[in-house]
Amino acid sequence: MSHEAVLHGDAHGHDDHGHHEHHDTFLTKYVFSQDHKMIAKQFLITGMVWAVLGGLMSVLFRLQLGYPDSTFPFLEDLLGKWGKGGRITPEAYYALVTTHGTVLVFFVLTAGLSGTFANFLIPLQVGARDMASPFMNMLSYWFFFAASIVMLSSMFVETGPFSGGWTAYPPLSALGDASPGSKTGMDLWIISMALFVVSSLLGGLNYIATILNMRTKGMSMTRLPLTIWALFFTAVLGVLSFPVLFSGFILLIFDRNFGTSFYLSDIFVNGVGALPNEGGSAILYQHLFWFLGHPEVYIILLPAMGMVSEILSINSRKPIFGYMAMIGSLFAIAILAFLVWAHHMFVTGLNPFLGSVFVLLTLLIAVPSAIKVFNWLTTLWRGNIRFTPAMLFAIGFVSLFISGGLTGIWLGNSALDIHLHDTYFVIAHFHIVMGVASMFGMFAGIYHWFPKMYGKQLNNTLGYIHFWVTIAGAYLIFWPMHYEGLAGMPRRYYDFSIWESFKQFGELNKFISLVSMIVFMVQLLFLFNFFYSIFKGRKLTKQNPWDATTLEWTAPINPGHGNWVGEIPEVHRWPYDYGKDGVDFIAQTTPVGADESQH
Amino acid sequence: MSTIATNEPQRIHPHRFIMWIAIGSIVMMFAGMTSAYIVKKNQGNWLAIELPVLFWYSTAVILASSVTIFLANTALKAGKTSFYKTLITITAILGVVFISMQWEGFKDLETRGIALIGPQSNSASSFLFVITGLHMLHVLGGVIALIVTFFRSFWVQEGQINLVPTQIVATYWHFVDVLWIYLFIFYQLIA
Repeated sequence: MSHEAVLHGDAHGHDDHGHHEHHDTFLTKYVFSQDHKMIAKQFLITGMVWAVLGGLMSVLFRLQLGYPDSTFPFLEDLLGKWGKGGRITPEAYYALVTTHGTVLVFFVLTAGLSGTFANFLIPLQVGARDMASPFMNMLSYWFFFAASIVMLSSMFVETGPFSGGWTAYPPLSALGDASPGSKTGMDLWIISMALFVVSSLLGGLNYIATILNMRTKGMSMTRLPLTIWALFFTAVLGVLSFPVLFSGFILLIFDRNFGTSFYLSDIFVNGVGALPNEGGSAILYQHLFWFLGHPEVYIILLPAMGMVSEILSINSRKPIFGYMAMIGSLFAIAILAFLVWAHHMFVTGLNPFLGSVFVLLTLLIAVPSAIKVFNWLTTLWRGNIRFTPAMLFAIGFVSLFISGGLTGIWLGNSALDIHLHDTYFVIAHFHIVMGVASMFGMFAGIYHWFPKMYGKQLNNTLGYIHFWVTIAGAYLIFWPMHYEGLAGMPRRYYDFSIWESFKQFGELNKFISLVSMIVFMVQLLFLFNFFYSIFKGRKLTKQNPWDATTLEWTAPINPGHGNWVGEIPEVHRWPYDYGKDGVDFIAQTTPVGADESQH
Repeated sequence: MSTIATNEPQRIHPHRFIMWIAIGSIVMMFAGMTSAYIVKKNQGNWLAIELPVLFWYSTAVILASSVTIFLANTALKAGKTSFYKTLITITAILGVVFISMQWEGFKDLETRGIALIGPQSNSASSFLFVITGLHMLHVLGGVIALIVTFFRSFWVQEGQINLVPTQIVATYWHFVDVLWIYLFIFYQLIA
């Protein structure tokens, strides 16, 4: 607590502690750190561990999908009874698919992405010593860590982890007898997710308060970098939508453990008979889930959009095109995010009129999305482009966002969705537009801010290999899935080889699986680059290696807790003065000259 | 670490601001619950339940506690520390009384043969139990915060009390009060 008091004492005139030296022990510096930069690294590295595990899971179930008739003895060594006879069992397949989804959506692309960059960038880019409450920020990480431990332990229980899909629809999630994974695995899943929600909320509260309350002198809202605007809307979405999911989980826990009938009704269960429950509705859960579930897509996507805007501008040596339009479109997306959840439920027997309202609202998202895409393209247009690995990943993000966004227009139509719902077309759509695109945003962010994080440089050659294999791989994996989906191939099936209609895709499935393994290997190359460079990377010699305008580059190369030595710099201009009046870049801290032109 | 300060004085303390956003978050949780209640009710198989009379009394109690915490903060600002301590204690006690009255209300329902949980329960009564119970937990959290604030006032020297934590607790306490009023009216109108 004293730490916190020191951090905020001065501003409020009740600092009893004075400016005494603060001595960090190993425990307070690396483990229970309250420094936002260290917490960001903790989020990042925990996220990376999960990305490897989640990615490995996809490789394992792709092995089953690509080679349904082959046996791989190593699977039995690796998975024990789940890989009996060298084949992944159906139960294990469902567990892998479910855990892959949960882990990638929440642990990697929410905690790993927002957790890392909101923590790292917000205080540094708005000009604050730390978050509004460093203590809560630390708690946020440790709740995430606890959630991780619980989720991890669910993989080692007798009946396996939860296997009812990442959306955890009842009755599979509400009924312990529904499947092996619905037993202890589901209990642990829900505990883990509850801890995760708490972590997200603690983080989100801090991000919003820091952005609105802790900006340095001169840093008006319209001088904020777009990363901060994006992280702000992300936090608002999280703070308003995660509690609704939490409500859904509470009702789920009551149905599972206390015999209530919110979601369960007198359905017949094979070997058990009819349930004693009466009048419950599984659709109710879907409403509550997707009220979070859809904003969650933007919780994942917006931070990537913000970082991409920043990186595109810096590496084009041009101001971002349409700064206010970028903020406006982020705002529009954030509002629409709350009004489209039922497009995930077109085939639940939803009233067709209501369906058409949701179609309209869903297709409206194309407008702010298109504004963003055109602004990115016009930022690049005639720019003096530097093709750094970060820039390539940012351009890759734009490409993926366009490709995946266009198929979103298909799926947003309720009439088309009746055919495409729960097929590989959906898998292709959301992996490209949300999964891989955000992953690209995250990679762009890591390549760009690694020098600030560790005071070292990443190896560029490895970065280029990483980029080209990943972008080619992403399209080779997910593009063919559109064709499979159009042909009606359903998602979540264990083995397609027994259907005459899907046999034609046997070779294609094999190809997709092979590429996915190659792409996974290349991610390991990135990890090598990352960890090797932390210790042995080229030391950063320039405080501002990318010639950027924003505040984080005015802090020392390895900033201590408190970020700036002496006064926090004052801000005099917006963050996109590139190429203005023939000057390559003008830092935000440079006062506006008397004869300077208006931007 | 030596010169930690924000450059501009703020109108609202960041921690107080965090509390306001947290309130928004909690509102969303209860909005989710009451929306689910309405959706479920419209799907039929619904039991019309008469609320326990005790809920009226508990409403009066929590309203009174909002008054006492308001007076407590006024006392603190005026430097009347011992009066402040008394009022904080009264508020906490009223909180505990509220929680036990709600609990007795549940018992009353059960003696009328309305099962709140278990295979015999109807989701109308289960909702009443879960939503009210969730609110009780929030009040309990407030009581714990009050106890902490109470003891904090002994740790620091006279006249040196930081107003911010007490203001935050008071804001939260008023919020759980208003939240209960909302839920109470909601039950009356919708059920």
